Amino acid sequence: MTASSVADSTKPTFAATPWRERAEEALIPPLVALLVALICGDLLILSYGQSPAAVYRLLLEGTWGNAYGFGQVLYKATTLAFTGLAVSFGLRAGLFNIGGESQLAAGGFAAALTGLVLPAATPLVIALLLCMIAAGSAGGIVGAVPAYLKTRFGAHEVIVTIMLNFIVLALLNWFIAGHLHVPETLHTPEIHAGVLPRLADINPRFHGSAANLSLIVALLVAVAVWFYLFRGRGGYELRAVGLQPEAAEYGGINVGRVWMKALTFSGVIAGIGGINYVLGYKHYYEDGFASGAGFLGIAVALVGRNHPFGVLLAAFFFATLSQGGLAIHAFVPKQMMDVLQGVVIIAVATSVPEVRRALRSARRTSDA
Amino acid sequence: MNPLSFLTQMIRIAIPYLFAASGGVVAERSGIVSLTLEGFMLGGAFAAVVGTHYSGSPWIGVLSGMIGGLLFALIHAITTIRYRADQVVVGVAINLLAIGVTRFFLKLFFASSSNSPRVTGFGGNIKAGGFDNPLLWLGLLVAPAVAFVIYKTPFGLRVRAAGEHPQATESVGVSVKRVRYLAVAVSGILAGLGGVYLALDQHQFTDQMTAGRGFIAISAVIFGRWNPIRAALACLLFAAAETLQIQLQGSHAIPSQFIEMIPYLLVIIALAGVVGRAVPPAALGKVED
Repeated sequence: MTASSVADSTKPTFAATPWRERAEEALIPPLVALLVALICGDLLILSYGQSPAAVYRLLLEGTWGNAYGFGQVLYKATTLAFTGLAVSFGLRAGLFNIGGESQLAAGGFAAALTGLVLPAATPLVIALLLCMIAAGSAGGIVGAVPAYLKTRFGAHEVIVTIMLNFIVLALLNWFIAGHLHVPETLHTPEIHAGVLPRLADINPRFHGSAANLSLIVALLVAVAVWFYLFRGRGGYELRAVGLQPEAAEYGGINVGRVWMKALTFSGVIAGIGGINYVLGYKHYYEDGFASGAGFLGIAVALVGRNHPFGVLLAAFFFATLSQGGLAIHAFVPKQMMDVLQGVVIIAVATSVPEVRRALRSARRTSDA
Repeated sequence: MNPLSFLTQMIRIAIPYLFAASGGVVAERSGIVSLTLEGFMLGGAFAAVVGTHYSGSPWIGVLSGMIGGLLFALIHAITTIRYRADQVVVGVAINLLAIGVTRFFLKLFFASSSNSPRVTGFGGNIKAGGFDNPLLWLGLLVAPAVAFVIYKTPFGLRVRAAGEHPQATESVGVSVKRVRYLAVAVSGILAGLGGVYLALDQHQFTDQMTAGRGFIAISAVIFGRWNPIRAALACLLFAAAETLQIQLQGSHAIPSQFIEMIPYLLVIIALAGVVGRAVPPAALGKVED
């Protein structure tokens, strides 16, 4: 059970591969996946007796075609950007964090608690920072457990993060259902401090959509991840461990420490994502708000080819799919988008090693 | 608490786990990661209800449920064995795909986003307490059968060899890919049967009705250290915890959420090696180039 074949996609960054081949290797799999998804989408739409062209037009109009739809896409993309960045950060170190689901929930929970404890008069910047620190710490703790078990006992992070999802979500459910909920609901009371302005407050055209300033935080985190990964020693070590842990160890890198750092910060990033829902949208923590976003983060990281800016694009793509489902629901059930999400992940995962092999063998022939 | 009613309830809860975990043992012993059991079960459950609904016979439902699990298993097998895609990634995707496909076709066939209409099932004699269901007996036999196949037949030897040392297996003329295809197909059919039992027992399909049971099954595989009999015992243990939770409901002795955690906590403890180490098959999840 290994993440190496996924992390392998980073290999050309180290080898002296021409940029063109690198671009091909990065871009072909997502394009193949898009094509496969379009074909599957056609079949599903036809099975419902509708015209694919009309449904796709509806999808575009309902997402990018008006400010409300676009705002909703941006809102959904924000959460996915956080979970996608989290997964890709771990993958760059060769580690598979499947715990995004619970890290995001724990982060949202901590942000809500902080917002509840702080007095209403707290300045927004301070409240936001404190909520982010709380959210990041909560996610980081959930991420640090598999990291510790991996470095100390060699327990595989894939299994541990999956199991922790169930444990942490059950624990949060116990807190909410048993102690902190508003009667008759499964959510906390509304927070007093840390409510983020929505895009609609800045530009009224976004009226009604949930997009909020967390979007800016997501962009800043993406830039920070990029800077860390590609412009510093820490990131260099992290990527070296991801490519070949034995060689990295031989080269004097403390692999265990890098693993600890990678999984913990992966959890921190996913945890901070909790602010999008809690501070930006509902202003309370609700049981199950993170459902699905963690797993979709894996898809986002994969399609974004583990590059922070690719992850942002992929988050935007998957958010469009999810919002598009609502736009077409009158004609084809929105569940079609659940199918297409699965299809896209499988198609990318399948074409990544295929494309790499094809390009390598093409290069070998041209070299000879 | 009546010990007999405890036992019967425990067995009925354990049957889907026993099917799926037995399938998981076969696939994982051949070297293919089985994070897909959840999706296979869901596919099996849905196909069983469709088959039973349109034919009126639960036996046709059993057959179509097996095919449902098999179809998802084939996607997993082709992408990971033929195209060497990452098994964990495809595994996660198969689970998402199964949720999506069953939701979409639930809407298409039954015009509902939550559940199918009621279908017939097996048995139904109240006094029998579920023991007049042939699938229940099959479920109790599947783990010993898998143990026999894994440890006493040439196919089982090949499965174990493929999972421990694929190169050596190839070198004696056995096609590792073929063995793995078969192993994954078997796991799809068995996990599918787990879904069939679940759906026919409840006489309908409901959205995401497997509710994490595939992950409990894979927990049992790991906690049972990839041994079919021990995995079956783990299934019974987890089912006992769940039964306890149901029977204690209302007494508030232990919050139900903490009993839900037991299987998952035990797996983490097993992997961390606190009480004897759980060591996976050597070639599990490895992709050779």
